[in-house]
Amino acid sequence: MFDLRDLYQQVIVDHNKSPRNFGKLEHYNHEADGYNPLCGDKLHIYLDLDEQGRIADVSFEGEGCAISVASASLMTEAMKGRSMQEMQAMFEAFQQMVTADIAEAPDDDTLGKLAVLAGVREFPSRIKCATLCWHTLKAATEDSGKVVKTE
Amino acid sequence: MSFDVAAIRREFPVLHQQVHGRDLVYLDNAATTQKPKAVIDAVSGYYAHDNANVHRGVHALSERATAAYEGARETLRALLNAASTREIVFVRGATEAINLVAASWGGANIRAGDEVLVTEMEHHSDIVPWQMLCERVGAVLKVLPIDARGELCMEQLDALLTERTKLVGVVHLSNALGTINPVAEIIARAHAVGAKVLVDGAQAVAHMRIDVQALDCDFYVTSAHKMYGPTGIGILYAKEALFEAMPPYQGGGDMIRMVTFEKTQYNELPYKFEAGTPNIAGAIGFAAAADWLSARDVDVLADHEQALLSYATERASAFGGLRLIGTAAKRATVLSFTMDGVHPHDLGTILDREGVAIRAGHHCAMPVMQHFGVPATARASFAAYNTRDEVDALFAALAVARDMFA
Ligand SMILES: Cc1ncc(COP(=O)(O)O)c(C=O)c1O
Repeated sequence: MFDLRDLYQQVIVDHNKSPRNFGKLEHYNHEADGYNPLCGDKLHIYLDLDEQGRIADVSFEGEGCAISVASASLMTEAMKGRSMQEMQAMFEAFQQMVTADIAEAPDDDTLGKLAVLAGVREFPSRIKCATLCWHTLKAATEDSGKVVKTE
Repeated sequence: MSFDVAAIRREFPVLHQQVHGRDLVYLDNAATTQKPKAVIDAVSGYYAHDNANVHRGVHALSERATAAYEGARETLRALLNAASTREIVFVRGATEAINLVAASWGGANIRAGDEVLVTEMEHHSDIVPWQMLCERVGAVLKVLPIDARGELCMEQLDALLTERTKLVGVVHLSNALGTINPVAEIIARAHAVGAKVLVDGAQAVAHMRIDVQALDCDFYVTSAHKMYGPTGIGILYAKEALFEAMPPYQGGGDMIRMVTFEKTQYNELPYKFEAGTPNIAGAIGFAAAADWLSARDVDVLADHEQALLSYATERASAFGGLRLIGTAAKRATVLSFTMDGVHPHDLGTILDREGVAIRAGHHCAMPVMQHFGVPATARASFAAYNTRDEVDALFAALAVARDMFA
């Protein structure tokens, strides 16, 4: 049987307790809001893109469940120094992972540490918690100015 | 009347199952209650034996369906102690009932500069229809605040009631806090300035005896699914004189007496407000639920639930790290709380894996969440079939959650 610890792995619990890259960036040139109406999770992403369009720095603020906070924390960690193409590839791999069949192994090569969130796919009502930060990051890169909603 | 919870539980087929390998502990009753066999059988029996459209057929089945549907109306009249079945309109639920009042009565009686007063603990369904109306006609929506315990600030009521106040909307039993409001007193004071009062009884009817005549409320709304009945059916009670004067809400079949292209004569009460083929099976199931409640005596059920709530409150205080949201002196069924360091949604997921169903979220009462400065709460809510062992199961599961995040 699927164990709760597969969802709430120690890495996730740790990132929830002390999220990385939490707070406003000193310098940023893009930002976006994300909101999950079901949970009331709120997220704000600050993004600093350099001249080549690479992610020089990224941070987040907000409140949410452990899955959404840990996902944002892990995502910001993984995104620093990435190009837009790399970000897009990771976003797609991440989405594939959290919606895939339980038997399918996550794409560790692309996802690295982010693979700890694979357990989310066993909890359909929580998938949006894990993907909110990604949609918000994408919105920040596009500067759409719209609040991203998960529904 | 003696109370035998094991016997009650046997009447609810859905309770006897396992989820994630654990015995189901269903504590999400404020969202919707489970249904006893009497209700399930009434609905399926109607479809199996009597199904026909109402009020129009001359054949045997239609006569039976009409008798059952109108019989249901009489059962619900008696449950609320309304003066007449002309005051009982079937609707989809509490939400539709409030929208009907806002559109029909509100549209006819609320003008620019008038005021609607609601409380800070209303469900969104008793806020948004009034907000929409106020925006449309240029009226003002005012709010009676709550205090730190989740009780209404009654000392502010008289200042908020003015000669401009046309309607007061108040929840009888709060789904987010469990607070039982002093509605009779609010009604008396509102009437003193000439305002009408709508009482949202969506949660109340399953947990207390209702007497709309004793309350002297102008409107009372409720949903069957929160009192052991089916979804998709509810009632709007209004004093007959109000219903008489109100314009129809929706137009269509059944609500008319005579139609020509020049003019339509509306049907008499309550049919004026029931356009189209109604939820016949729902009404029959609703009446079965009302009969079920009455036969077991809602006061006896409420005593049992109150004992569970007191026990759960005690255990919560002893648990450590739990903050109760809603500690009113008069409270029923609802234990709303947050846990230090664990978000309500994580609690909801962890408890579910332990077989315990609770609700995590804003409970359609975002202003209450804002008042207490929390994004969401976890909520356990008790019904007649819950047991002390299930309260223990809840706290055992909460301990699992606490350890997981330690
Ligand atoms: C206090 C209260 N009012 C109104 C409603 C709306 O009821 P329904 O969704 O059945 O229309 C609810 C349901 O959650 C409620 O708890």
